[in-house]
Amino acid sequence: MEQPSPSDGSAELGDSEECDSEECDSEECDTEECDTEECDSEECDSEESSVYSGLEDSGSDSDSPGSREEEEEEEEEEEEGHQEDEEEEEEGAPGSPSCPQTQAKGKRKSLEDDSPLEGKQDLVVHDEYEEDSSDEEDIRNTVGNIPMEWYQDFPHVGYDLDGKKIYKPLRSKDELDLFLEKMENPEYWRTVQDRQTGAEVPLSEEQLELIRRLQRGNFGDVNFDPYEPAVDFFSHEVRIHPVTNRPADKRSFIPSLVEKEKVSKLVHAIKMGWIQPRKPKENVPAFYDLWAREDPNSVLGRHKMHVPAPKIPLPGHAESYNPPPEFLLSPEEKLAWEQQEPSERRLNFIPQKFRSLRAVPAYSRFIHERFERCLDLYLCPRQRKMRVNVDPEDLIPKLPRPRDLQPFPTTQALIYRGHSSLVRTLSVSPSGQWLVSGSDDGTVRFWEVSSARCLRTIPVGSVVKSVAWNPNPSICLVAVAVDEQVLLVNPGLGDRLLVAATDQLLDSWEAPEEERIQPVRWIPASPEERGKGIRLLVQHDKPVTQVTWHGKGDYWASVVRNPGGRQVLIHQSSRRWSQNPFRKSPGMIQCVRFHPLRPYFLVASQRSVRIYNLLRQELTKKLQSNCQWISSMAVHPGGDNVICGSYDSKLAWFDLDLSTRPYRLLRHHGRAVRSVAFHRRYPLFASGSDDGSVIVCHGMVYNDLLQNALLVPLKVLKGHSPRLELGVLDVAFHPQQPWLFSAGADGTLRLYT
Amino acid sequence: MGGLEKKKYERGAATNYITRNRARKKLQLSLPDFRRLCILKGIYPHEPKHKKKVNKGSTAPRTFYLLKDIKFLLHEPIVNKFREYKVFVRKLRKAYGKSEWGTVERLKDNKPTYKLDHIVKERYPTFVDALRDLDDALSMCFLFSTFPRTGKCHVQTIQLCRRLAVEFQNYVIASRSLRKVFLSIKGIYYQAEVLGQPITWITPYAFAHDHPTDVDYRVMATFTEFYTTLLGFVNFRLYHSLNLLYPPKIDSQAEDELKPAEGKEYAMDSESYLERLSALSASLARAVAPTHEDEVEVDEFPVEGETAELMDAKKKEQEALEKHKKLFEGLRFFLNREVPREPLAFIIRCFGGQVSWDKSLCIGATYDATDPSITHHIIDRPPGTPLPRYYLQPQWVFDSVNAKLCLPVADYFPGVLLPPHLSPFVTEKEGDYVPPEKLKLLALQRGENPEEESEEEEEEEEEEEGDNDKEEEEEEDESEKEEEMKLQKMEEQKMEEQKTQSKVTAGKVRLEDKQRLEQEQQSEEKRLAIMMMKKREKYLYKKIMFGKKRKIREANKLAEKRKAHDAALKEQKKKNKKARQA
Repeated sequence: MEQPSPSDGSAELGDSEECDSEECDSEECDTEECDTEECDSEECDSEESSVYSGLEDSGSDSDSPGSREEEEEEEEEEEEGHQEDEEEEEEGAPGSPSCPQTQAKGKRKSLEDDSPLEGKQDLVVHDEYEEDSSDEEDIRNTVGNIPMEWYQDFPHVGYDLDGKKIYKPLRSKDELDLFLEKMENPEYWRTVQDRQTGAEVPLSEEQLELIRRLQRGNFGDVNFDPYEPAVDFFSHEVRIHPVTNRPADKRSFIPSLVEKEKVSKLVHAIKMGWIQPRKPKENVPAFYDLWAREDPNSVLGRHKMHVPAPKIPLPGHAESYNPPPEFLLSPEEKLAWEQQEPSERRLNFIPQKFRSLRAVPAYSRFIHERFERCLDLYLCPRQRKMRVNVDPEDLIPKLPRPRDLQPFPTTQALIYRGHSSLVRTLSVSPSGQWLVSGSDDGTVRFWEVSSARCLRTIPVGSVVKSVAWNPNPSICLVAVAVDEQVLLVNPGLGDRLLVAATDQLLDSWEAPEEERIQPVRWIPASPEERGKGIRLLVQHDKPVTQVTWHGKGDYWASVVRNPGGRQVLIHQSSRRWSQNPFRKSPGMIQCVRFHPLRPYFLVASQRSVRIYNLLRQELTKKLQSNCQWISSMAVHPGGDNVICGSYDSKLAWFDLDLSTRPYRLLRHHGRAVRSVAFHRRYPLFASGSDDGSVIVCHGMVYNDLLQNALLVPLKVLKGHSPRLELGVLDVAFHPQQPWLFSAGADGTLRLYT
Repeated sequence: MGGLEKKKYERGAATNYITRNRARKKLQLSLPDFRRLCILKGIYPHEPKHKKKVNKGSTAPRTFYLLKDIKFLLHEPIVNKFREYKVFVRKLRKAYGKSEWGTVERLKDNKPTYKLDHIVKERYPTFVDALRDLDDALSMCFLFSTFPRTGKCHVQTIQLCRRLAVEFQNYVIASRSLRKVFLSIKGIYYQAEVLGQPITWITPYAFAHDHPTDVDYRVMATFTEFYTTLLGFVNFRLYHSLNLLYPPKIDSQAEDELKPAEGKEYAMDSESYLERLSALSASLARAVAPTHEDEVEVDEFPVEGETAELMDAKKKEQEALEKHKKLFEGLRFFLNREVPREPLAFIIRCFGGQVSWDKSLCIGATYDATDPSITHHIIDRPPGTPLPRYYLQPQWVFDSVNAKLCLPVADYFPGVLLPPHLSPFVTEKEGDYVPPEKLKLLALQRGENPEEESEEEEEEEEEEEGDNDKEEEEEEDESEKEEEMKLQKMEEQKMEEQKTQSKVTAGKVRLEDKQRLEQEQQSEEKRLAIMMMKKREKYLYKKIMFGKKRKIREANKLAEKRKAHDAALKEQKKKNKKARQA
């Protein structure tokens, strides 16, 4: 049924030459078909064929492969149109072997329909009649325009008009046959296969010539001249006759209303200043001497507050492309660098080393860094910061050298061993010969200071909270706080006369006529206890935490752990008489002291120290300690200064004449301060702390009221090993010598000289 | 009680500051316009001393501007221009929408523009002020001049940046004011000294940029807008201070030489002029012909004592500077095509050297590679057929400039492992880590020749090493023997102990080192004194000491690393030697 018009056939021929033959099977078939037809019509002379080819070109004047598809579509339509006529013709010559000719007829017919040039068609028609007499077999394939691969696996390639199978020609040629054919057949090179029928057809001379022409890129028609001189219809030359003879419109004679409207609008806009005439371009040089008349004094007021942006820090060795090897990061450092936050990094790049300048790549963050600088310049709040440019040595206060402030204890001289548990408290006899200590192992031990010998041990059965040696040198008496009792012990050490006198003093008490109600019970010791040295027992109703003697040695005070109730009691040992000085207790009382010179009584609660005048029975002063929790307190022998140790590791020095606030708050210790002590003769004070150290300070108090006390730390004495988070629990100075005793949690007492 | 109630935050610090949003509202500007204004006018936020007070009791993070600054912005003529521009854009959009092309044309002709001259003058009342702030401007211009001509910003900006950068470079060459250069991994740092002000800038290596997406180019463009104006005025002034023509003209004599043969011009005249200028190989034309007795003789005043010494020192410094300026005088360089041409040409010309390159590489080449008068050939790959001249790696130029003398060339031959390139911007103080190369360099500058010594030392060391090996072996033997002896002694002692359970041993005299005691005492005194410091001072003291200790630690670490590296290197050398011997 294929009916390609000759023009299409030739056009496709050119195409098929150009593109791969595999791609366009059907097209090739077309070409072959038309080839067969042409070779059959070899009789017609070359002129005819040339005319023929010229015909096709002028008929469908599109050779470009781009428009080929359209053509094909047209083709198909045509084919459908012609199909009927063809069939008729075929019927006219059934079984005739000259199929190509009929084909040609059909084609020519189609040409007749297409071509506008009638004269030439006549020729063609004439030709047709001439060759009509053929009675060749028509082996036209009726499968239509389908891909011929569909018939690949069948022995036939389609059906002829009678519906009989058209068999493929025998393809039993092997390589040798092919070769032989190639060698023997002189037409071999111009033979092509007709896909539709499978027949092999040699191409004619004209066809070959056409192919060559198209290969060269020439027109298919030999006679076509593409370079004919062009004839301009509309040209620049003015013709004598007008193109059109139409008379002029009326509107070409009268002024335009639309234009008038437009102009008036523009005029109005100009009047109103909406449209501004084009400003003349100023011809000023872009740059000139801007600072020709600079006046350094004409600084704006704003510039006073100006904070110039700091310059970008200059690069160091590490940024070099070839840094010294020590500046390169080791793998661990690199890992650490990567894990750091970008803002935390000290270098914002990883140092790298390159063998030569040629190997250095572009820095990928260059634009970023410039951009960040820009952001810093306009977004970052600026502040003038005074950089402290001081020599750190200048910051250290100039203090007198400790060597010039001797004597003070410097070295550990003796260790008093014997207690099996932590030693809570110690006290030195006023003569400085004996030492008493109370421990958690339930004993009170008496030591000779100079030899570290334990002279007596009194078991008391419970934890000893506090011991205090009577400061009066003519009385040999020690107060020991155990549980709810305070024991008055005569150790029987030293001068026998003195010991006897003390006993006598205690025994000389006579019960008063009328019994007074006392907050405590005074119980004389049983003979057994007396043998141990205990003379009197003072029974409190709550556990006693501290005892302290008045300087004269008759009165003493005890602190009872009794929150909310009465906590402080003052006792007179000679009259065996006790009293409760306060109606109301101020918080939890930590520590009490008698003033060494005046009738004052100092009471330390958690945060503050109250000073009461015992004679006038009133509060004289309240010292704010600035500490969280006072642990201990000591009064300067001069009486005008007080120090407080606190559990938050501070030591507050109060000058009573100066203020109720501490004159100096010393943070020397690393842990809680447990006890503080003043020396009676030398300007020394010491503090013992849980960190196991005792710090001895020089605390010079001047008589001149205008001069403040001079505090100089002198020595850090270390010896006690901290145990159970406790270090030094009590410190005391020797009454005459610049010696220091300390009691520690490691069960020892130590003497520093 | 009489009197009005005092309201909070109506006086004092709170009234001196204004938050950004309020400032924006006061100026009636959109945020981008406000940003642009701040950038152009150099307004920046201030950090108040008491933030909470200024923030009216709130602790929310806010940025504060000085109220004075904002009031000062109110009078800025540019603010009106911004508004005009906004109107212009609106009109233009409307005209486009209505396809009124005539209006579009007219509007475009009347596009509002603004000038930044007065802002430059206002921000930098004196020329020196401008010079002091030139670092960022130069870095930015050099960066922008390397941008591609498409995309990121206006082509005109890029061209202007390129022009200004080239002009500045030409000025530096003409005035010979370059002092230091540094090849870092980020780019090339230059430091010039102009009117006594050190100006440092960085240029990226000549590669195409990988433009990041998280960078706001509008901000950078605004900065560049200001910087180009500033740099233009600075350039003008600088050129005039040297009696050079501005816009720069190439010296007519040099121009003739540079002019390419007829018909071989590859660019338009206007373009090629900048190209020729940027080749940096020609000297510039002067407005007044230079007279060689330009240098004013400084009158010498009779001075005494310290001032005389000072003057002497100054004179010496001056001489050194003059010498430094003429570092490459008389040397002829040739740049191979793989070395970065522009920086090297710039540096060499800055120190009086003559430089050329391959003709096909860039315009402005003055002599050929085969020129016999070439003294130094800068190359970064193995040379072909060597000619009688020094073939050197580019680092030599940089190191020589920084060392202020022509360094010995042996270390810089192609293929040789280069000595480390040190930063010239680091001046080591006492206690800082000084790399050994720097020490060597300092010795070289003082006029000593450490080379020979070090070589000798090395030889000695090597010999010593040889000895050491033997010794080590011997030592090993000895140590074994010693151990045996010790064991024997121990056994003997044990035996003795078993024989006599309790024994009084003679007391040893403990030698007390007096000096050490003294030191200990002193340190204890110091400790005690530190205890007595006030809290604030103690904090400060501890901070300072921490910083110092960290510095020392870092220096020690570097020194240790170096030592380890050197040891490893030596080991390697030894191994190689042994391998060679075997």
